[in-house]
Amino acid sequence: MRTTRNRGLTAVAAGGFALALTLAACTPPPEDSPAGPGDDGDRDLAEGCEAFEQYGDLSGTSVSVYTSITAPEDQPHIDSYTEFERCTGADIVYDGSREFEAQLPVRVQAGNPPDIAYIPQPGLLQTIVRDFPDAVVPVGDLAESNVDEYYDPSWKEYGTVDGTYYATPLGANVKSFVWYSPDAFADAGYEIPETWDELLALSDQIVDDGGTPWCVGIESGDATGWPATDWLEDVMLRTAGPEVYDQWVDHEIPFNDPAVAEALAAVGEILKNEDYVNAGFGDVRSIASTPFTDAGFPILDGECWMHRQASFYAANWESADPDVQVGENGDVFAFYLPGATTDESPLLGGGEFVAAFDERPEVQAFQAFLTSPEWVNAKIPEHPDGGWVSANRGQDMELYASPIDRLSAELLADDDAVFRFDASDLMPGEVGSNSFWTEMVNWIANDKPDQDVLDDIEASWP
Amino acid sequence: MEFLDNTRAWLAYLWAPVSTWLLRPDGAGHKFLLMAVAIILFVVVMGLILLMVDRGRRLPTWVVTLAFVGPAVAFLGFGLVYPAVRTIYASFFNRNGQEFIGLDNYVRAFTQSEFQIVLRNTALWVILVPLVATLIGLVYAVVVDRTRFERVAKTLVFLPMSISMVGAGIIWRFMYEFRQEGATQTGLLNQVLVWLGLQPKQFLMDTPENTFFLIAVMVWIQAGFAMTILAAAIRAIPDDIVEAARLDGLTGIRMFRYITVPSIRPALVVVLTTIAMATLKVFDIVRTMTAGNYQTSVVANEFYTQSFRARDAGFGASLAVILFILVIPIVIYNVRQMRLAEEIR
Repeated sequence: MRTTRNRGLTAVAAGGFALALTLAACTPPPEDSPAGPGDDGDRDLAEGCEAFEQYGDLSGTSVSVYTSITAPEDQPHIDSYTEFERCTGADIVYDGSREFEAQLPVRVQAGNPPDIAYIPQPGLLQTIVRDFPDAVVPVGDLAESNVDEYYDPSWKEYGTVDGTYYATPLGANVKSFVWYSPDAFADAGYEIPETWDELLALSDQIVDDGGTPWCVGIESGDATGWPATDWLEDVMLRTAGPEVYDQWVDHEIPFNDPAVAEALAAVGEILKNEDYVNAGFGDVRSIASTPFTDAGFPILDGECWMHRQASFYAANWESADPDVQVGENGDVFAFYLPGATTDESPLLGGGEFVAAFDERPEVQAFQAFLTSPEWVNAKIPEHPDGGWVSANRGQDMELYASPIDRLSAELLADDDAVFRFDASDLMPGEVGSNSFWTEMVNWIANDKPDQDVLDDIEASWP
Repeated sequence: MEFLDNTRAWLAYLWAPVSTWLLRPDGAGHKFLLMAVAIILFVVVMGLILLMVDRGRRLPTWVVTLAFVGPAVAFLGFGLVYPAVRTIYASFFNRNGQEFIGLDNYVRAFTQSEFQIVLRNTALWVILVPLVATLIGLVYAVVVDRTRFERVAKTLVFLPMSISMVGAGIIWRFMYEFRQEGATQTGLLNQVLVWLGLQPKQFLMDTPENTFFLIAVMVWIQAGFAMTILAAAIRAIPDDIVEAARLDGLTGIRMFRYITVPSIRPALVVVLTTIAMATLKVFDIVRTMTAGNYQTSVVANEFYTQSFRARDAGFGASLAVILFILVIPIVIYNVRQMRLAEEIR
């Protein structure tokens, strides 16, 4: 009995479903009617949205953004898009991952790239463009004209691979800084050095006065060694000049070229000088075991005098002491790492680049928006404690809350400064994020001879 | 034909929101919900298969076999065999898998001095960790066996087993922490050195002994495992053998040498090989404590570094294959010994 009734029910259900299907199939499903992007004819702009008119109406669209910037640093980014979202109607979906560098190529290879990726190293951009042709979409006209208008030409070059322009600049940072204590310098009567020789003379002076001038730390977990590569790059810009630096980055001269050896020897004069280092931490080898995040802290105790580190180090001071004031009249500030002479002012820095993986109008519009002064001027106030700099020349310098950020932005905007991108970020991954790091660690920790270090890095160049 | 087109359009129309919901979760709650859906789906499908097999009594044997073994074989195929074959294939190609380079990756792994150090370190790990951990576990098991504080003592040694390797690495990094002479030491071992009137030491940086300080961490973790298995094996030695030996005048060390160790030989082999396999794959300890710097890298760590940091997928794959080949003999030996032990029984 039971079986029979079950069969009956099944038959009724199947019959009903078939009927529904037949009826439904007589008419097509309702059409999706998304608001056509770019259709900006008679649209009423929301208040304060005049600058966004050029992007058109993007209601109902969304743009996925994939970055290495994770919580809590991602919030200023997310908040800086709200005007774009309000005025154009597009939805920006932000996704930050600590495994960004490893995952982005995986996602591209799997055919599942984000619409937009913030790439922190031009070297990674080159790898992706060359390994996956047609994955990255060349920069659109609006974004490109913005970059031409607001950025130094060198920034465009770093986003260009094999003659095609692929990625627009996002943020920037300046690495040629030496952190110091203005009070301690004033008390001791030290002047801020303006040439490389003055810097060494000041170091000797501090040694003669019984101090240890430099504190250095290159420990950074998996990435241990990178601060030492910054040292070599900064000095290379000063001893060999920007042209040779470019040849070095492009491997037109070998990594073990005499010009590089000369720069490494000059770095060694400071980093491997037992009299100069490592204030507050120990001997030369303690440089390798000192976390870069803490390396400048002995300046606060008066144990250390100088610490070479990028502008973003400003954010680290408060973890040593929440009351630390960063500024020219505060507890700590930074001076520009001097050039060989006062006429030369090479500037080492870094930054992120925006690459698009789709041609949809909303993606192009968002990429263009990120190159505009409107975005930069919305982004800067999102950092009331500082820690973010742009190289966009349309920016309003007055908006910077932190003096070090403002100094960085001014240096970046200075026409006399010769800006060069962090070499290790431009070199292939085998060198830039592997052998260059590890060999600098060996150079410090195991006292590996200069020439062996350079020869081994050269051997790893693909 | 319009009928078919409409049906297809309807299906696509109805499927779109479902696929969006399944593939693009927003927020942690949604992800947990998806996880629940996946688990329920798995249970339902497996349940249906088992139910069908159970109901249909007159099904041919191969259908039943396929229904039971099929899913497991399919999962193994997709999850294990396919990636393994892909990895071996990739190891003959260059960094982005576009150019065939034959055995170059392997030649590089065995000839470049930095990778020879990696291989040397791996050999040190695989020889020392199983031997030392098993020895400590065995002696400890014998010593605390049937004493008053056996439980507490065993718990203490077993405790590190419950700590993840990354956790152990971080704990021991603090133990080895170095501060310059005269400053307050924060690392226990360096503080002990200072109390003894010695200089503080860069435990993790001084080659080649730093590798041994890393190995000590693995021994610390694995000794508890060895102790537990071996203690159980010792308990299982028949009392009549022990009594007979005692009547023959065997005590202490000689009892240990001639009765205890031979009786637990199968357990010893299992412990040694299991720890050896775990040690070959060691990655977390090295990565958290030195990140492979100061000549402490091992094959598994180098595999990660080459694949994801240097972005040389081909070379990374070849290192994974080398690791795979190194594990095979131990696995074969392990399986054989287990078979032998079963035959004896």
